Amino acid sequence: MTLIGEKGVRRILLATALSAISALLLIALFIIKEGLPFIFHYGLWNFLSSSDWEPQAGKFGIFPMVAASLWVTFGAMVVGAPLGVAGALFLSEFAPRPVMRVIKPMIELLAAIPSVVYGFIGVMVLAPLIRDYLGGPGLSVLAASIILGIMILPTVISISIDSIMAVPQSYREGSLALGATVWQTIHMVTIRAARSGILASIILGMGRAIGETMAVIMVAGNAVKIPHSALESVRSLTANIALEMSYATGLHRQALFATGVILFVVIIILNSAAMVAIRGKAARK
Amino acid sequence: MSSAPLSPDGPGRNRFEISKLDLFYGDFQALKSVEMSVRDRMITALIGPSGCGKSTLLRCLNRMNDLIHGTRIQGKVLLDGQDIYHASTDVTNLRKRVGMVFQRPNPFPLSLYNNVVYGLRVAGVHSRKELDEIVERSLRAAWLWDVVSDRLDHSALELPLDQQQRLCVARLLAVQPEVILMDEPCSALDPIATMKIEELMLELKKEYTIIIVTHNMQQAARVSDFTGYMLLGEMIEFGGTKDIFTRPSNKLTDDYITGKYG
Repeated sequence: MTLIGEKGVRRILLATALSAISALLLIALFIIKEGLPFIFHYGLWNFLSSSDWEPQAGKFGIFPMVAASLWVTFGAMVVGAPLGVAGALFLSEFAPRPVMRVIKPMIELLAAIPSVVYGFIGVMVLAPLIRDYLGGPGLSVLAASIILGIMILPTVISISIDSIMAVPQSYREGSLALGATVWQTIHMVTIRAARSGILASIILGMGRAIGETMAVIMVAGNAVKIPHSALESVRSLTANIALEMSYATGLHRQALFATGVILFVVIIILNSAAMVAIRGKAARK
Repeated sequence: MSSAPLSPDGPGRNRFEISKLDLFYGDFQALKSVEMSVRDRMITALIGPSGCGKSTLLRCLNRMNDLIHGTRIQGKVLLDGQDIYHASTDVTNLRKRVGMVFQRPNPFPLSLYNNVVYGLRVAGVHSRKELDEIVERSLRAAWLWDVVSDRLDHSALELPLDQQQRLCVARLLAVQPEVILMDEPCSALDPIATMKIEELMLELKKEYTIIIVTHNMQQAARVSDFTGYMLLGEMIEFGGTKDIFTRPSNKLTDDYITGKYG
């Protein structure tokens, strides 16, 4: 301690903290520097709305990928949000505390499973099931939605549980003391009091789903086309970058970076929305 | 008033009859063979030092202790002759008849209006006209109507604490309970707000039976007709408030009210 002194320690810690922020800034700068000139060159609207992605012919329309990402993310919400919120309600309001203390860390462990393993299960188990029972190639919007829906469960459940547990016990007591049943208390008071946290958990889950790459590459089929049903193959924005970056050069390479810029902006918007939702809750207290 | 001192054996109808009530939290015995009766349309106060079991006893009367895991009860709690711990008791209905005001004001994070109608909505009343009428009547009864009638759509959490507490009373009156339990309703309030709640209690006494737990001996002396002094889970002495405060028959009660103990 005497070697560096109080001030020295503080400076070292400050430097480490800043290094995380500077990494973020550098990544943002790098992607924008590589991608933004292309967007100006090609035109943002052209880039987003055209359906032709033919890099050899100089056509860079990412609309099919945008549609795919939106579809898959929406599907993941349909699968993951109700399951996650219902699971969080069960664990926080009905399950005995010891059960919750065991199950919650186990669910959080889901987040630690590498995404390639999710993709593997999707390819080996889910896609054949969909192909056999529902038709289509199996590797599809539906498969990706289910896999992503499961992948966002830890985010949704964990943050929802935290916000439900933060609802003062006095609200529940007040409701029960007025003759409300447990279920009335949950949906008329507890969920309302926790709704901003629950909303934030779903938005953060969306961010996770839209940014996921490996699992989506493995289960979505990667065909560049606008899907007309949940059973068709699609290629998401993230998958497009990952699949083509290794051999792309020149304008093609820049177009992939520009795709990264679009993703970056979407994720920033989602995370800001989540923060606003959480802060809105803090302000009302 | 110069009427004869009230006594538990005097005339009048008893709402609650509590006999040989034991309560355990796990291995800890929080209530020991408690005996008490609660007279209709009177204010009964429970006093005693922290941890003496007075809040626990109060929460037995609308079965709020059911919410705490590992609670066990022996003995009888009769409400109008019916054992509320009998298996056939509808707890939801019991809590409508026996309402509760808590230590810290706990309005829901909803509008004033939705707070007041909450108990009615959960009971299935949905007619807007009926709800409107009850909101006005309940807020008037809690002396809140003139203060808040122009902002019923505002969040209840915007009110100052004492108005929040009176809102909790209004919310309770809306479901027309028969008995009102108050668990240290003034402990979060300043003296002026406390006085208002006390005046309100004396007004409500005309129609409701009230049981109040209080830390504040003067408060018990000011508002209550009957007082029970509790210590370490036992009901040391129960009787007319005047008797308890002027000539307690138990040495322990005397020590507490004269400030030698507690």
